[in-house]
Amino acid sequence: MTTLPTQTDKKLGLVIDLDTCVGCHACVVSCKGWNTENYGAPLSDQNPYGADPSGTFLNRVHSYEVTPDEGAAMTVHFPKSCLHCEDAPCVTVCPTGASYKRVEDGIVLVNESDCIGCGLCAWACPYGARELDQAEGVMKKCTLCVDRIYNENLPEIDRQPACVRTCPAGARHFGDLGDENSDVSKLVAERGGMDLMPELGTKPVNKYLPPRPKDDQIDILAPFLETVAEEPQGFLGWLDKTLERIG
Amino acid sequence: MHPAPSIIVFTVFSGLGFGLLTFLGLGKPDYSGFTAFLFFLIAYAFAVGGLISSTFHLGNPQRALKAFTQWRTSWLSREGCLAVASLVVMGLYAIGVVFLDTRWTLLGLLGGALSLATVFGTSMIYTQITTVPRWNHWITPVLFLLYALTGGAFLAGQTSLAAPMLLVLGAAQVVAWMIGDKLFAASGSTIESATGLGDMGKVRMFEAPHSSKNYLMKEMVHVVGRKHAFKLRVIGVLCLSVLPFILLVLPPFSHLISFLALLLHIFGALTLRWLFFAEAEHTVGLYYGKR
Repeated sequence: MTTLPTQTDKKLGLVIDLDTCVGCHACVVSCKGWNTENYGAPLSDQNPYGADPSGTFLNRVHSYEVTPDEGAAMTVHFPKSCLHCEDAPCVTVCPTGASYKRVEDGIVLVNESDCIGCGLCAWACPYGARELDQAEGVMKKCTLCVDRIYNENLPEIDRQPACVRTCPAGARHFGDLGDENSDVSKLVAERGGMDLMPELGTKPVNKYLPPRPKDDQIDILAPFLETVAEEPQGFLGWLDKTLERIG
Repeated sequence: MHPAPSIIVFTVFSGLGFGLLTFLGLGKPDYSGFTAFLFFLIAYAFAVGGLISSTFHLGNPQRALKAFTQWRTSWLSREGCLAVASLVVMGLYAIGVVFLDTRWTLLGLLGGALSLATVFGTSMIYTQITTVPRWNHWITPVLFLLYALTGGAFLAGQTSLAAPMLLVLGAAQVVAWMIGDKLFAASGSTIESATGLGDMGKVRMFEAPHSSKNYLMKEMVHVVGRKHAFKLRVIGVLCLSVLPFILLVLPPFSHLISFLALLLHIFGALTLRWLFFAEAEHTVGLYYGKR
């Protein structure tokens, strides 16, 4: 049913720390791996070893350069996947009822056996979170690893989305953003977590933590550090002196 | 947006077909028997042909019947339901006109209204998309309805009505560009709002997530076609509106010249529908440093 629930019991989602992300793309790879081997149609590639490879990904890492009015520019790595919006425009446009938002946890999912592959939901999403798989002709999107987070066959530590579990920098956090006492909600409150394109009124559940401001000076202890020896020592010192003498 | 040929053919020809059905429902032209049959045949060929064309861009067309279920929220579903309803009602009406030489006026009016509602439904598929500010405006349904009514009047042989409507349509198309050209900027979405990094400074794409193109860029960041947009706008309006108008109003009237005018009109409509997609900018382009 493509009518959005007025309220969901939980608001499961991700908090992505743009200060910590190093842009290694490990989340992209683990996402592709898990979601190719498990729930639903595999994420196909087209011409993967050819001149013009392309494929379906549920998570992509962009990199941006931010130039302040004064001071040096900085690079920000920016992972982007489905934000599981409360007012998800992709769900209501679906003509077949394949797209839906779950009442119990707020996850936006696609029932692939109902999807006709019209692509309208991908048009409706402002963030580019949905991709039509070119081999299967069905819409693919982040499931928040619904087949991991409730999976009692996995050790408890692995009951997290693959991207969160794999991130070597700890830049991705998973939890209930509807519960203000959850770790993720506290993190969002503490670090000023933000919405992407809030002007479109989609009310994303996923939040992004802005990069912390860069230090504008070098370490205050730096001047007290021992200077690097400018006089060569040892063999180099002997060589230097000997060559001086010859000259 | 990617101007898919199947969607251009769908919107233009189903628009023309349902436009003609609207006039047939109103009893214009007032033929019966075989002549009426030919008019209904053209209307159904265009409307149904257009709808079939729309299924060519589906990934899994064998499940297309499921698209009739979500009319509560989805304009695509509503459009499908309205299309079937108008085709059924107008089919019954056609039986009376063609075979029984009777005009069930009320049924015709209902079928005509449903046909027009179908065109409105088609337009709302695009109008509802808030991520494409150029489409997300009341001018889009106005334009689609005018395209359908003008083409419908033309096909129905109502030349005295079609001629002034051609000019109204041309003017409405120009107004739609004047409004639409400003809508993306007015929407307030920028690369800064898309990344949330605007407070820190000016944002520029540094590195794309992948070395080659992906589905999102092919589908929604179609920038190639915009190079000749202005020239195509001029050619489009000339063919859609100005030239057919001149051909229709200048004597002598002949069916051959009217047919030529109609071909020009349809060519213009196809060109401008191509531009309707090619010029539409989606917010996801912002993430790729493009529009």
